[in-house]
Amino acid sequence: MERSVNMERSYNKRQEAKPHIAEEWVGKIYTLICIAFLVITIFSMVYFVASKGLSTFIVNGVNAFDLLTGLKWNPDIDVPSFGALPFIFGSFSTSILAAIIAAPLGFCAAVFIVELAPKFGRTFLQPVIELLAGIPSVVYGFVGLSVIVPLFRDLFPGQGIGIAAGALVLSVMILPTITTIATDALSELPAGLKEGSYALGATRWQTIYRVVLPTTMPQQMTGIVLGIARAFGEALAVQMVIGNAPHIPHSLFESTSTLTSAITLSMGNTAMGSVQNNVLWSLALILMLMTFVFVFVIRFLEGRKKL
Amino acid sequence: MQHALSAKKLNVYYGEKHAVHDVSLDFAEKQVTALIGPSGCGKSTFLRSLNRMNDLIPSCRVTGDIMMKEHNINDRETDVVALRKKIGMVFQRPNPFHKSIYENIAFGPRYHGMKKKADLDNLVEQSLRKAALWDETKDRLHKSAFALSGGQQQRLCIARSVALRPDIILMDEPSSALDPISTSRIEELITELKEEFCIVIVTHNMHQAARISDKTAFFLSGRVVEYDETDKLFLDPSQKETSDYISGRFG
Repeated sequence: MERSVNMERSYNKRQEAKPHIAEEWVGKIYTLICIAFLVITIFSMVYFVASKGLSTFIVNGVNAFDLLTGLKWNPDIDVPSFGALPFIFGSFSTSILAAIIAAPLGFCAAVFIVELAPKFGRTFLQPVIELLAGIPSVVYGFVGLSVIVPLFRDLFPGQGIGIAAGALVLSVMILPTITTIATDALSELPAGLKEGSYALGATRWQTIYRVVLPTTMPQQMTGIVLGIARAFGEALAVQMVIGNAPHIPHSLFESTSTLTSAITLSMGNTAMGSVQNNVLWSLALILMLMTFVFVFVIRFLEGRKKL
Repeated sequence: MQHALSAKKLNVYYGEKHAVHDVSLDFAEKQVTALIGPSGCGKSTFLRSLNRMNDLIPSCRVTGDIMMKEHNINDRETDVVALRKKIGMVFQRPNPFHKSIYENIAFGPRYHGMKKKADLDNLVEQSLRKAALWDETKDRLHKSAFALSGGQQQRLCIARSVALRPDIILMDEPSSALDPISTSRIEELITELKEEFCIVIVTHNMHQAARISDKTAFFLSGRVVEYDETDKLFLDPSQKETSDYISGRFG
Protein backbone atom coordinates (compact mmCIF):
# COMPACT_ATOMS: atom_id res chain seq x y z
CA MET A 1 0.00 0.00 0.00
CA GLU A 2 2.70 2.41 1.03
CA ARG A 3 4.72 1.49 -1.98
CA SER A 4 1.92 2.24 -4.35
CA VAL A 5 1.48 5.70 -2.78
CA ASN A 6 5.16 6.34 -3.27
CA MET A 7 4.97 5.24 -6.84
CA GLU A 8 2.02 7.44 -7.45
CA ARG A 9 3.87 10.39 -5.97
CA SER A 10 6.91 9.91 -8.14
CA TYR A 11 4.69 9.43 -11.15
CA ASN A 12 2.98 12.74 -10.38
CA LYS A 13 6.34 14.41 -10.07
CA ARG A 14 7.38 13.20 -13.48
CA GLN A 15 4.09 14.37 -14.92
CA GLU A 16 4.60 17.80 -13.42
CA ALA A 17 8.16 18.16 -14.60
CA LYS A 18 7.62 17.09 -18.15
CA PRO A 19 5.23 19.76 -19.48
CA HIS A 20 7.59 22.47 -18.26
CA ILE A 21 10.54 21.05 -20.13
CA ALA A 22 8.42 20.57 -23.21
CA GLU A 23 7.15 24.14 -22.95
CA GLU A 24 10.69 25.46 -22.71
CA TRP A 25 11.68 23.54 -25.80
CA VAL A 26 8.66 24.52 -27.83
CA GLY A 27 9.28 28.17 -27.00
CA LYS A 28 12.95 27.94 -27.82
CA ILE A 29 12.40 26.19 -31.12
CA TYR A 30 9.57 28.49 -32.10
CA THR A 31 11.62 31.64 -31.56
CA LEU A 32 14.56 30.00 -33.30
CA ILE A 33 12.44 29.25 -36.37
CA CYS A 34 11.17 32.83 -36.44
CA ILE A 35 14.62 34.36 -36.24
CA ALA A 36 15.98 31.89 -38.80
CA PHE A 37 13.18 32.83 -41.18
CA LEU A 38 13.95 36.51 -40.69
CA VAL A 39 17.68 36.15 -41.18
CA ILE A 40 17.27 33.95 -44.24
CA THR A 41 14.81 36.40 -45.81
CA ILE A 42 17.09 39.36 -45.22
CA PHE A 43 20.17 37.62 -46.54
CA SER A 44 18.41 36.25 -49.61
CA MET A 45 17.07 39.74 -50.36
CA VAL A 46 20.54 41.19 -50.10
CA TYR A 47 21.96 38.35 -52.18
CA PHE A 48 19.28 38.69 -54.85
CA VAL A 49 19.59 42.46 -55.20
CA ALA A 50 23.38 42.28 -55.14
CA SER A 51 23.61 39.52 -57.76
CA LYS A 52 21.16 41.28 -60.06
CA GLY A 53 22.69 44.67 -59.48
CA LEU A 54 26.25 43.51 -59.96
CA SER A 55 25.45 41.60 -63.17
CA THR A 56 25.15 44.97 -64.90
CA PHE A 57 28.87 45.31 -64.44
CA ILE A 58 29.87 41.64 -64.73
CA VAL A 59 27.58 40.32 -67.46
CA ASN A 60 26.73 43.46 -69.41
CA GLY A 61 30.13 45.06 -68.98
CA VAL A 62 28.87 48.46 -67.90
CA ASN A 63 31.57 50.41 -66.09
CA ALA A 64 30.58 50.91 -62.44
CA PHE A 65 32.40 54.23 -62.30
CA ASP A 66 30.52 55.45 -65.37
CA LEU A 67 27.24 54.46 -63.76
CA LEU A 68 27.98 56.35 -60.57
CA THR A 69 29.33 59.49 -62.20
CA GLY A 70 27.71 59.55 -65.63
CA LEU A 71 25.33 62.42 -66.35
CA LYS A 72 23.47 60.88 -69.31
CA TRP A 73 20.67 58.37 -68.78
CA ASN A 74 19.60 56.99 -72.10
CA PRO A 75 18.97 53.26 -71.87
CA ASP A 76 16.85 52.64 -74.96
CA ILE A 77 19.01 53.73 -77.89
CA ASP A 78 21.46 51.60 -79.87
CA VAL A 79 24.47 52.67 -77.83
CA PRO A 80 22.81 53.16 -74.45
CA SER A 81 24.34 55.27 -71.72
CA PHE A 82 23.69 54.60 -68.08
CA GLY A 83 24.66 57.61 -66.03
CA ALA A 84 22.88 57.49 -62.69
CA LEU A 85 24.41 60.57 -61.09
CA PRO A 86 21.27 62.69 -61.69
CA PHE A 87 19.22 60.12 -59.75
CA ILE A 88 21.74 59.91 -56.93
CA PHE A 89 21.87 63.67 -56.79
CA GLY A 90 18.06 63.87 -56.81
CA SER A 91 17.70 61.35 -53.99
CA PHE A 92 20.27 63.04 -51.77
CA SER A 93 19.13 66.59 -52.43
CA THR A 94 15.43 65.90 -51.82
CA SER A 95 15.95 63.85 -48.66
CA ILE A 96 18.56 66.14 -47.11
CA LEU A 97 16.53 69.23 -47.94
CA ALA A 98 13.48 67.53 -46.43
CA ALA A 99 15.45 66.88 -43.24
CA ILE A 100 16.64 70.50 -43.14
CA ILE A 101 13.01 71.62 -43.29
CA ALA A 102 11.66 69.00 -40.89
CA ALA A 103 14.40 68.92 -38.22
CA PRO A 104 13.83 72.36 -36.66
CA LEU A 105 10.05 71.91 -36.93
CA GLY A 106 10.23 68.53 -35.25
CA PHE A 107 12.50 69.75 -32.47
CA CYS A 108 10.37 72.80 -31.74
CA ALA A 109 7.20 70.71 -31.79
CA ALA A 110 8.82 68.37 -29.28
CA VAL A 111 9.82 71.31 -27.08
CA PHE A 112 6.24 72.53 -27.14
CA ILE A 113 4.87 69.09 -26.31
CA VAL A 114 7.30 68.36 -23.48
CA GLU A 115 8.14 71.75 -22.02
CA LEU A 116 5.34 74.18 -22.71
CA ALA A 117 2.09 72.26 -22.79
CA PRO A 118 2.71 68.76 -21.47
CA LYS A 119 -0.95 67.91 -20.89
CA PHE A 120 -2.35 69.21 -24.16
CA GLY A 121 0.75 68.05 -26.01
CA ARG A 122 0.70 64.49 -24.76
CA THR A 123 -3.02 63.90 -25.09
CA PHE A 124 -3.72 65.77 -28.30
CA LEU A 125 -0.71 66.99 -30.27
CA GLN A 126 1.38 63.85 -30.11
CA PRO A 127 -1.36 61.54 -31.41
CA VAL A 128 -2.08 64.02 -34.20
CA ILE A 129 1.55 64.08 -35.26
CA GLU A 130 1.74 60.32 -35.10
CA LEU A 131 -1.35 60.21 -37.29
CA LEU A 132 0.69 61.89 -40.03
CA ALA A 133 2.83 58.75 -40.15
CA GLY A 134 -0.18 56.63 -41.02
CA ILE A 135 -1.30 58.58 -44.08
CA PRO A 136 -0.46 56.58 -47.24
CA SER A 137 2.28 58.07 -49.39
CA VAL A 138 0.04 58.25 -52.46
CA VAL A 139 -2.13 60.71 -50.54
CA TYR A 140 0.87 62.87 -49.73
CA GLY A 141 1.87 62.77 -53.39
CA PHE A 142 -1.62 63.65 -54.51
CA VAL A 143 -1.86 66.58 -52.12
CA GLY A 144 1.61 67.70 -53.19
CA LEU A 145 0.63 67.53 -56.84
CA SER A 146 -2.62 69.44 -56.40
CA VAL A 147 -1.51 72.01 -53.80
CA ILE A 148 2.25 72.49 -53.64
CA VAL A 149 3.05 72.16 -57.34
CA PRO A 150 0.48 74.77 -58.49
CA LEU A 151 1.58 77.06 -55.67
CA PHE A 152 5.25 76.83 -56.66
CA ARG A 153 4.27 77.26 -60.29
CA ASP A 154 2.67 80.60 -59.44
CA LEU A 155 5.40 81.77 -57.08
CA PHE A 156 8.57 80.71 -58.84
CA PRO A 157 9.78 80.39 -62.43
CA GLY A 158 9.29 76.88 -63.81
CA GLN A 159 6.50 74.37 -63.65
CA GLY A 160 6.42 73.91 -59.90
CA ILE A 161 7.66 70.35 -60.01
CA GLY A 162 11.16 69.49 -58.87
CA ILE A 163 13.38 69.18 -55.84
CA ALA A 164 11.59 71.87 -53.82
CA ALA A 165 8.17 70.25 -54.18
CA GLY A 166 9.60 66.77 -53.52
CA ALA A 167 11.50 67.94 -50.44
CA LEU A 168 8.47 69.74 -49.03
CA VAL A 169 6.24 66.68 -49.40
CA LEU A 170 8.93 64.47 -47.89
CA SER A 171 9.50 66.86 -45.00
CA VAL A 172 5.88 66.47 -43.93
CA MET A 173 6.18 62.70 -44.28
CA ILE A 174 9.26 62.46 -42.06
CA LEU A 175 8.06 64.99 -39.50
CA PRO A 176 6.40 62.34 -37.28
CA THR A 177 9.61 60.30 -37.06
CA ILE A 178 11.73 63.29 -36.08
CA THR A 179 9.15 64.70 -33.66
CA THR A 180 8.52 61.39 -31.92
CA ILE A 181 12.21 60.71 -31.35
CA ALA A 182 12.82 64.30 -30.23
CA THR A 183 9.89 64.08 -27.80
CA ASP A 184 11.24 60.87 -26.30
CA ALA A 185 14.70 62.38 -25.99
CA LEU A 186 13.39 65.46 -24.20
CA SER A 187 11.22 63.56 -21.78
CA GLU A 188 14.05 61.17 -20.89
CA LEU A 189 16.28 64.04 -19.85
CA PRO A 190 17.27 63.77 -16.17
CA ALA A 191 15.10 66.18 -14.17
CA GLY A 192 18.02 67.79 -12.35
CA LEU A 193 19.70 68.97 -15.51
CA LYS A 194 17.24 71.70 -16.39
CA GLU A 195 16.93 72.75 -12.75
CA GLY A 196 20.70 73.12 -12.63
CA SER A 197 20.55 75.51 -15.53
CA TYR A 198 17.63 77.52 -14.12
CA ALA A 199 19.42 77.74 -10.77
CA LEU A 200 22.32 79.49 -12.52
CA GLY A 201 19.94 82.16 -13.73
CA ALA A 202 19.48 80.88 -17.26
CA THR A 203 16.12 81.61 -18.85
CA ARG A 204 13.91 78.93 -20.30
CA TRP A 205 15.11 79.56 -23.86
CA GLN A 206 18.74 79.66 -22.84
CA THR A 207 18.20 76.37 -21.07
CA ILE A 208 16.56 74.79 -24.08
CA TYR A 209 19.11 76.14 -26.50
CA ARG A 210 22.30 75.68 -24.47
CA VAL A 211 21.54 72.66 -22.27
CA VAL A 212 18.62 70.64 -23.61
CA LEU A 213 19.55 70.74 -27.30
CA PRO A 214 23.26 69.88 -26.90
CA THR A 215 22.54 67.15 -24.36
CA THR A 216 19.99 65.44 -26.58
CA MET A 217 21.95 66.05 -29.79
CA PRO A 218 22.86 62.38 -30.43
CA GLN A 219 19.19 61.38 -30.19
CA GLN A 220 18.09 64.34 -32.31
CA MET A 221 20.61 63.26 -34.94
CA THR A 222 19.27 59.70 -34.78
CA GLY A 223 15.81 61.05 -35.52
CA ILE A 224 17.09 63.14 -38.40
CA VAL A 225 19.04 60.28 -39.96
CA LEU A 226 16.02 57.98 -39.61
CA GLY A 227 13.99 60.68 -41.34
CA ILE A 228 16.54 60.98 -44.14
CA ALA A 229 16.57 57.20 -44.52
CA ARG A 230 12.81 57.18 -44.87
CA ALA A 231 12.84 60.06 -47.34
CA PHE A 232 15.60 58.36 -49.32
CA GLY A 233 13.52 55.23 -49.79
CA GLU A 234 10.20 56.93 -50.48
CA ALA A 235 9.17 56.45 -54.10
CA LEU A 236 5.57 57.19 -54.89
CA ALA A 237 4.98 60.60 -53.35
CA VAL A 238 8.24 61.95 -54.73
CA GLN A 239 7.65 60.53 -58.16
CA MET A 240 4.32 62.34 -58.35
CA VAL A 241 5.79 65.81 -57.77
CA ILE A 242 9.35 65.71 -59.04
CA GLY A 243 8.81 65.55 -62.80
CA ASN A 244 11.06 62.56 -63.55
CA ALA A 245 13.44 64.12 -66.07
CA PRO A 246 16.76 62.28 -65.85
CA HIS A 247 19.15 65.21 -65.52
CA ILE A 248 20.66 67.36 -62.79
CA PRO A 249 18.45 70.45 -62.55
CA HIS A 250 19.72 74.02 -62.46
CA SER A 251 17.17 75.14 -59.92
CA LEU A 252 14.97 73.72 -57.18
CA PHE A 253 11.95 74.16 -59.41
CA GLU A 254 13.07 72.14 -62.39
CA SER A 255 12.04 68.60 -63.25
CA THR A 256 14.44 65.89 -62.04
CA SER A 257 14.46 62.29 -60.78
CA THR A 258 15.47 60.19 -57.81
CA LEU A 259 16.76 56.62 -57.60
CA THR A 260 13.40 55.36 -56.42
CA SER A 261 11.34 57.22 -58.99
CA ALA A 262 13.64 55.99 -61.77
CA ILE A 263 13.10 52.40 -60.68
CA THR A 264 9.32 52.58 -60.31
CA LEU A 265 8.94 54.44 -63.57
CA SER A 266 10.99 52.06 -65.73
CA MET A 267 10.62 48.65 -64.14
CA GLY A 268 7.48 47.74 -66.05
CA ASN A 269 9.00 48.55 -69.41
CA THR A 270 12.10 46.38 -69.29
CA ALA A 271 12.61 42.69 -69.94
CA MET A 272 14.01 40.52 -67.18
CA GLY A 273 17.71 39.87 -67.79
CA SER A 274 18.24 42.71 -70.24
CA VAL A 275 20.82 45.36 -69.49
CA GLN A 276 18.01 47.90 -69.11
CA ASN A 277 16.51 45.75 -66.38
CA ASN A 278 19.79 44.91 -64.69
CA VAL A 279 20.79 48.53 -64.45
CA LEU A 280 17.62 49.21 -62.45
CA TRP A 281 18.78 46.54 -60.04
CA SER A 282 22.05 48.41 -59.78
CA LEU A 283 20.09 51.49 -58.72
CA ALA A 284 18.29 49.32 -56.16
CA LEU A 285 21.67 48.11 -54.93
CA ILE A 286 22.83 51.70 -54.46
CA LEU A 287 19.64 52.43 -52.51
CA MET A 288 20.15 49.39 -50.34
CA LEU A 289 23.79 50.17 -49.62
CA MET A 290 22.86 53.74 -48.68
CA THR A 291 20.26 52.38 -46.28
CA PHE A 292 22.97 50.24 -44.67
CA VAL A 293 25.09 53.35 -44.28
CA PHE A 294 22.18 55.12 -42.57
CA VAL A 295 21.66 52.18 -40.23
CA PHE A 296 25.34 52.20 -39.27
CA VAL A 297 25.25 55.95 -38.68
CA ILE A 298 22.24 55.50 -36.39
CA ARG A 299 24.01 52.68 -34.52
CA PHE A 300 27.02 54.91 -34.07
CA LEU A 301 24.91 57.78 -32.75
CA GLU A 302 23.01 55.51 -30.38
CA GLY A 303 26.32 54.33 -29.00
CA ARG A 304 27.43 57.90 -28.37
CA LYS A 305 24.26 58.66 -26.41
CA LYS A 306 25.50 56.67 -23.40
CA LEU A 307 28.05 59.26 -22.53
CA MET B 1 24.20 90.89 13.02
CA GLN B 2 23.25 91.55 9.43
CA HIS B 3 20.75 89.13 7.94
CA ALA B 4 21.50 87.95 4.43
CA LEU B 5 18.00 86.71 3.95
CA SER B 6 14.85 86.55 5.99
CA ALA B 7 11.62 84.75 5.33
CA LYS B 8 8.49 86.21 6.89
CA LYS B 9 5.30 84.18 7.27
CA LEU B 10 6.07 82.05 4.28
CA ASN B 11 3.36 79.63 3.12
CA VAL B 12 3.69 77.17 0.26
CA TYR B 13 0.81 75.27 -1.33
CA TYR B 14 0.92 72.46 -3.88
CA GLY B 15 -2.57 72.64 -5.29
CA GLU B 16 -4.70 71.92 -2.21
CA LYS B 17 -1.82 70.68 -0.11
CA HIS B 18 -0.49 73.20 2.38
CA ALA B 19 3.18 72.17 2.47
CA VAL B 20 4.78 75.00 4.45
CA HIS B 21 2.94 76.88 7.25
CA ASP B 22 3.83 80.41 8.32
CA VAL B 23 7.58 79.89 8.39
CA SER B 24 9.65 82.87 9.51
CA LEU B 25 13.40 82.39 9.53
CA ASP B 26 16.42 84.72 9.39
CA PHE B 27 19.67 83.62 7.81
CA ALA B 28 22.84 85.37 8.94
CA GLU B 29 25.71 86.33 6.69
CA LYS B 30 28.76 84.07 6.72
CA GLN B 31 26.99 81.36 8.63
CA VAL B 32 25.75 77.90 7.84
CA THR B 33 22.12 77.30 8.66
CA ALA B 34 20.88 73.73 8.60
CA LEU B 35 17.26 72.73 8.01
CA ILE B 36 16.51 69.31 9.48
CA GLY B 37 13.39 67.22 9.89
CA PRO B 38 11.79 63.98 8.72
CA SER B 39 10.97 63.34 5.04
CA GLY B 40 8.06 65.36 3.73
CA CYS B 41 8.27 67.99 6.48
CA GLY B 42 8.55 70.81 3.93
CA LYS B 43 12.22 71.72 4.43
CA SER B 44 13.19 71.19 0.78
CA THR B 45 10.05 72.94 -0.40
CA PHE B 46 10.90 75.90 1.81
CA LEU B 47 14.48 75.97 0.51
CA ARG B 48 13.31 75.92 -3.10
CA SER B 49 11.07 78.91 -2.44
CA LEU B 50 14.09 80.99 -1.46
CA ASN B 51 15.36 81.24 -5.04
CA ARG B 52 11.94 80.85 -6.62
CA MET B 53 12.66 77.37 -7.99
CA ASN B 54 9.08 76.50 -7.13
CA ASP B 55 8.00 78.76 -9.98
CA LEU B 56 8.79 75.82 -12.23
CA ILE B 57 6.00 73.76 -10.67
CA PRO B 58 2.70 74.99 -12.12
CA SER B 59 0.48 73.96 -9.20
CA CYS B 60 2.73 75.58 -6.61
CA ARG B 61 1.80 78.84 -4.86
CA VAL B 62 4.00 80.75 -2.41
CA THR B 63 2.71 83.53 -0.15
CA GLY B 64 4.57 85.68 2.36
CA ASP B 65 7.73 87.75 2.11
CA ILE B 66 11.34 86.77 1.54
CA MET B 67 13.51 89.80 2.20
CA MET B 68 17.01 90.12 0.81
CA LYS B 69 18.22 93.48 2.12
CA GLU B 70 15.34 95.83 1.22
CA HIS B 71 14.14 93.69 -1.59
CA ASN B 72 11.23 91.25 -1.51
CA ILE B 73 12.18 88.16 -3.49
CA ASN B 74 8.71 86.73 -3.45
CA ASP B 75 7.36 89.64 -5.45
CA ARG B 76 5.91 89.26 -8.93
CA GLU B 77 8.16 92.04 -10.17
CA THR B 78 11.38 90.38 -9.06
CA ASP B 79 13.75 89.52 -11.89
CA VAL B 80 14.15 85.80 -11.26
CA VAL B 81 17.21 85.56 -13.49
CA ALA B 82 19.07 88.24 -11.53
CA LEU B 83 17.86 86.73 -8.27
CA ARG B 84 19.27 83.30 -9.06
CA LYS B 85 22.62 84.91 -9.77
CA LYS B 86 22.57 86.22 -6.20
CA ILE B 87 21.26 83.00 -4.67
CA GLY B 88 22.97 79.87 -5.99
CA MET B 89 21.70 76.36 -5.54
CA VAL B 90 23.25 72.90 -5.28
CA PHE B 91 21.02 69.87 -5.69
CA GLN B 92 20.74 66.44 -4.17
CA ARG B 93 22.15 64.63 -7.16
CA PRO B 94 25.18 66.09 -8.90
CA ASN B 95 23.81 67.53 -12.15
CA PRO B 96 26.71 68.70 -14.29
CA PHE B 97 25.95 69.59 -17.91
CA HIS B 98 27.11 67.30 -20.70
CA LYS B 99 30.00 69.61 -21.37
CA SER B 100 33.62 69.97 -20.35
CA ILE B 101 34.59 70.89 -16.79
CA TYR B 102 35.56 74.34 -18.00
CA GLU B 103 32.29 74.90 -19.86
CA ASN B 104 30.26 73.78 -16.87
CA ILE B 105 31.66 76.65 -14.88
CA ALA B 106 31.78 79.21 -17.68
CA PHE B 107 28.12 78.50 -18.51
CA GLY B 108 26.58 80.80 -15.89
CA PRO B 109 29.00 83.75 -16.13
CA ARG B 110 28.67 83.76 -19.93
CA TYR B 111 24.97 84.30 -19.56
CA HIS B 112 25.48 87.15 -17.23
CA GLY B 113 27.68 88.93 -19.73
CA MET B 114 31.24 87.73 -19.16
CA LYS B 115 32.70 87.15 -22.61
CA LYS B 116 36.48 87.69 -22.45
CA LYS B 117 38.44 84.48 -22.44
CA ALA B 118 41.05 85.75 -19.98
CA ASP B 119 38.35 86.73 -17.48
CA LEU B 120 36.63 83.40 -17.86
CA ASP B 121 39.89 81.44 -17.50
CA ASN B 122 40.59 83.35 -14.35
CA LEU B 123 37.13 82.81 -12.93
CA VAL B 124 37.14 79.10 -13.72
CA GLU B 125 40.42 78.66 -11.86
CA GLN B 126 39.22 80.75 -8.92
CA SER B 127 35.94 78.87 -8.66
CA LEU B 128 37.59 75.47 -8.87
CA ARG B 129 40.08 76.49 -6.20
CA LYS B 130 37.25 77.60 -3.94
CA ALA B 131 35.55 74.26 -4.47
CA ALA B 132 38.82 72.46 -3.68
CA LEU B 133 38.74 70.86 -7.10
CA TRP B 134 41.50 72.72 -8.93
CA ASP B 135 44.36 70.33 -8.21
CA GLU B 136 42.35 67.35 -9.39
CA THR B 137 41.09 68.95 -12.58
CA LYS B 138 43.62 71.52 -13.78
CA ASP B 139 45.10 69.07 -16.31
CA ARG B 140 41.77 68.06 -17.77
CA LEU B 141 39.65 71.19 -17.80
CA HIS B 142 38.46 70.46 -21.30
CA LYS B 143 37.50 66.84 -20.65
CA SER B 144 33.88 65.85 -20.04
CA ALA B 145 32.52 66.54 -16.57
CA PHE B 146 31.13 63.01 -16.60
CA ALA B 147 34.63 61.59 -16.27
CA LEU B 148 34.65 62.89 -12.69
CA SER B 149 33.53 60.84 -9.69
CA GLY B 150 30.20 61.58 -8.00
CA GLY B 151 31.84 63.60 -5.24
CA GLN B 152 33.93 65.56 -7.72
CA GLN B 153 30.84 66.22 -9.83
CA GLN B 154 29.09 67.63 -6.77
CA ARG B 155 32.06 69.89 -6.01
CA LEU B 156 31.96 70.96 -9.65
CA CYS B 157 28.31 71.91 -9.17
CA ILE B 158 29.32 73.92 -6.11
CA ALA B 159 32.09 75.59 -8.13
CA ARG B 160 29.52 76.35 -10.80
CA SER B 161 27.36 78.24 -8.28
CA VAL B 162 30.37 79.96 -6.71
CA ALA B 163 31.43 81.23 -10.14
CA LEU B 164 28.44 83.58 -10.18
CA ARG B 165 29.71 85.20 -6.96
CA PRO B 166 26.39 84.78 -5.16
CA ASP B 167 25.63 86.09 -1.67
CA ILE B 168 23.82 82.97 -0.62
CA ILE B 169 24.17 79.31 -1.58
CA LEU B 170 21.26 76.95 -1.03
CA MET B 171 22.09 73.27 -0.74
CA ASP B 172 19.44 70.59 -0.96
CA GLU B 173 20.90 67.49 0.69
CA PRO B 174 24.14 67.95 -1.25
CA SER B 175 25.85 64.82 0.04
CA SER B 176 22.98 62.36 0.33
CA ALA B 177 23.92 60.64 -2.94
CA LEU B 178 27.63 60.42 -2.06
CA ASP B 179 29.91 58.01 -0.23
CA PRO B 180 31.26 58.89 3.26
CA ILE B 181 34.65 60.13 2.04
CA SER B 182 33.13 62.42 -0.58
CA THR B 183 30.64 63.56 2.04
CA SER B 184 33.36 64.63 4.44
CA ARG B 185 35.10 66.52 1.63
CA ILE B 186 31.87 68.36 0.88
CA GLU B 187 31.48 69.17 4.57
CA GLU B 188 35.02 70.57 4.77
CA LEU B 189 34.25 72.60 1.71
CA ILE B 190 31.07 74.02 3.23
CA THR B 191 33.02 75.08 6.30
CA GLU B 192 35.50 76.91 4.05
CA LEU B 193 32.82 78.49 1.92
CA LYS B 194 31.04 80.04 4.87
CA GLU B 195 33.96 82.50 5.22
CA GLU B 196 32.45 84.15 2.19
CA PHE B 197 28.84 83.07 1.72
CA CYS B 198 25.66 82.60 3.65
CA ILE B 199 24.83 78.90 3.31
CA VAL B 200 21.45 77.29 3.88
CA ILE B 201 21.60 73.52 3.80
CA VAL B 202 18.83 70.94 3.95
CA THR B 203 20.04 67.67 5.37
CA HIS B 204 18.63 64.34 6.40
CA ASN B 205 21.71 63.68 8.40
CA MET B 206 21.52 65.17 11.90
CA HIS B 207 25.18 64.50 12.54
CA GLN B 208 26.02 66.50 9.46
CA ALA B 209 23.90 69.39 10.73
CA ALA B 210 25.64 69.20 14.09
CA ARG B 211 29.09 69.11 12.49
CA ILE B 212 28.86 71.94 10.03
CA SER B 213 26.08 74.36 10.94
CA ASP B 214 25.99 77.41 13.16
CA LYS B 215 22.23 77.50 13.46
CA THR B 216 19.66 74.79 12.95
CA ALA B 217 15.94 74.89 12.24
CA PHE B 218 13.84 71.82 12.98
CA PHE B 219 10.90 71.34 10.62
CA LEU B 220 7.92 69.14 11.32
CA SER B 221 4.77 68.85 9.20
CA GLY B 222 5.45 72.09 7.39
CA ARG B 223 6.15 74.20 10.49
CA VAL B 224 9.33 75.29 12.20
CA VAL B 225 9.25 73.72 15.66
CA GLU B 226 12.50 75.16 16.87
CA TYR B 227 15.20 77.46 15.51
CA ASP B 228 18.33 78.08 17.52
CA GLU B 229 22.10 77.91 17.74
CA THR B 230 23.08 74.40 16.63
CA ASP B 231 24.79 73.53 19.91
CA LYS B 232 21.82 74.67 21.92
CA LEU B 233 19.31 72.84 19.72
CA PHE B 234 21.13 69.54 19.85
CA LEU B 235 22.24 69.62 23.49
CA ASP B 236 19.38 71.39 25.14
CA PRO B 237 16.32 71.55 22.92
CA SER B 238 13.42 73.55 24.30
CA GLN B 239 10.65 71.59 22.53
CA LYS B 240 9.69 68.02 23.23
CA GLU B 241 9.33 67.15 19.50
CA THR B 242 12.85 68.35 18.85
CA SER B 243 14.35 66.24 21.59
CA ASP B 244 12.32 63.23 20.41
CA TYR B 245 13.57 63.69 16.87
CA ILE B 246 17.23 64.23 17.65
CA SER B 247 17.29 61.33 20.07
CA GLY B 248 15.92 59.12 17.30
CA ARG B 249 12.50 58.43 18.71
CA PHE B 250 10.91 59.09 15.30
CA GLY B 251 11.79 60.20 11.76
